[in-house]
Amino acid sequence: MLEKINGAKYWALIGAALLLSACANTGAVQDAPVEPVVETQEPVVAEPTEDVTTEPMMDPDTQESLDAASSAALVYFGYDRYDLSSDARSGLQAQAVWLQEHSSVKVTVEGHCDERGTREYNLALGDRRANSVKNYLVALGVDPSRIHTVSYGKERPAVTGTGESTWSQNRRGYTRVN
Amino acid sequence: MRLIKLLILAVSGLSLTLTAANARIVVDVNRGHADPLPIAITDLVGNENDIVSGGSVKSYGQRIALVVKADLTRSGLFRVVDSGAFIKSGNALTTLRNPNFNNWKAIGAQALMNGSISLQEDGRLKVEFRLWDVLGTNQMTGLRYFTSPKNWRRIAHLISDAIYKRLTGESGYFDTRVVYISESGPATARVKRLAIMDQDGHNHVFLTNGKNLVLTPRFSPTAQEITYLSYFNDNPRVYLYNIDSGKQEILGDFPGMTFAPRFSPDGNKVVMSQAYKGNSDIYVMELTTRKIQRLTKHTAIDTSPSYSPDSRYVTFNSDRGGSQQIYVMDSNGKNIKRISFGKGRYSTPVWSPRGDLIAFTRQYRGKFYIGVMKPDGSGERLLSESYLDEGPTWSPNGRVIMYFRQQPYDKQGRGGDTQLWTVDLTGYNERQMITPLDASDPAWSPLIR
Repeated sequence: MLEKINGAKYWALIGAALLLSACANTGAVQDAPVEPVVETQEPVVAEPTEDVTTEPMMDPDTQESLDAASSAALVYFGYDRYDLSSDARSGLQAQAVWLQEHSSVKVTVEGHCDERGTREYNLALGDRRANSVKNYLVALGVDPSRIHTVSYGKERPAVTGTGESTWSQNRRGYTRVN
Repeated sequence: MRLIKLLILAVSGLSLTLTAANARIVVDVNRGHADPLPIAITDLVGNENDIVSGGSVKSYGQRIALVVKADLTRSGLFRVVDSGAFIKSGNALTTLRNPNFNNWKAIGAQALMNGSISLQEDGRLKVEFRLWDVLGTNQMTGLRYFTSPKNWRRIAHLISDAIYKRLTGESGYFDTRVVYISESGPATARVKRLAIMDQDGHNHVFLTNGKNLVLTPRFSPTAQEITYLSYFNDNPRVYLYNIDSGKQEILGDFPGMTFAPRFSPDGNKVVMSQAYKGNSDIYVMELTTRKIQRLTKHTAIDTSPSYSPDSRYVTFNSDRGGSQQIYVMDSNGKNIKRISFGKGRYSTPVWSPRGDLIAFTRQYRGKFYIGVMKPDGSGERLLSESYLDEGPTWSPNGRVIMYFRQQPYDKQGRGGDTQLWTVDLTGYNERQMITPLDASDPAWSPLIR
């Protein structure tokens, strides 16, 4: 709590406590002079106020801005799944807020898969994932005409490697600012 | 790229009509590598003083023999006798019609191919070959070809096909081509190009420049057109590519992504999937009228359609039962029946040109397999197994399957190499195809006419 109390109040409290203890001891040490507590406080000098212009906080309509606002514009999926986890949903809620603040931006949602499926099936699965993302953004109020979808199947992995730690990073939906 | 028409004449009077039944030697294609037939292939006898573009006529005779040897060896059904063992006797030209069978028998050859090559006045080559039954001491077949020298590889493949057909009773598959996707660069930014080559990897040509991602090419039954998927303008759609003209055109005006195209056996239709609003179904387009018919209507993923050779049925894969399995339906979309019931996932069904089998990719416990089953789902056999085998395509005689294999990555991120492989129906004789770069999505042409 102390850090929430400013210097002046702190010294005032210490002073009050000392006064109380002094009073309590009056009977025993009557002759003892009560020393006044001296509060030393520098006067607060207000800095001269410069001209401040206020405007609504507005990031640019860029990918970097969307990435920063929404865990890199990425959501991840389970193996052969296209339903949205709670992590994916909160990421998409952030995307939806950003999209509403940047109402002129159009995006393409890319659906991607890991390599553990056949090419044509993965194209279809990537389409399912991209549309899961789009449908959720639309449900959160984003105009569907602003969202294009494209499936890349397993053609554009984010990372290369073998094993679940690699594959899980490649099963993703990515919202790309057009 | 137009295929030059070949004049092929059977050497009448020379060819003794031996039916497969009474021939002494018959190769059983179903026995695979068990005991390949020993065959001696001699260089075609030619004049070294006759020079045509690319070398002497004699050198063409040697090169043709080398290609025939390579074709027959790769089939796994023949063992080419080392020419170092040949017993020289008499004049090469005079022994063409009267081989000393004892000399060939002595080195273990059961069949012998010999022949000649000469330059015509019109600048074309005349190529003759004869196939002999060494133990039966008679001629099995003989053919004569006329062609321009630049076409010499096709002559070699035609000879291989004639030998294969005479000795196995099945049509060959050597005078064919393969269209596939050539791959280069890191997996995260892979460059993919349409490429075409002869079935032995020669005469390789890139058809697209790699600017657009392209996938899954498939030949028309005339081998003059290719249908494939292109990401032109970041808009994945099915296209048609004419090999003669190089002309490309989009197929149809679908609102969603179209993919997984394949020609009907008569070449008049293309069957494919459309993914629209997260759902993939199967459609067929008539190429002349561009009329579209929807074949499946289901919330599942329906894709990878392939016609039966009689056009009556379409096999495809669907996850409508909960996981990817193979189904067969009438070609109008009716009577959908599941045919795969094994463990794991089944996909990419492709009907054999003979109609007797369906090849597929199966995933089970972290491995990928190429296999075949009968169209009713019975008699499943797995022919290959690896970290990632995918995308079977049939040789036109339905005896060999080509597919692609991707290697896993190691901990340093090296690997991921992707190559074409072939395996015959016995499951033996698995061989890698040599391509200039990495390769995937092969499609085998029909026999070229």
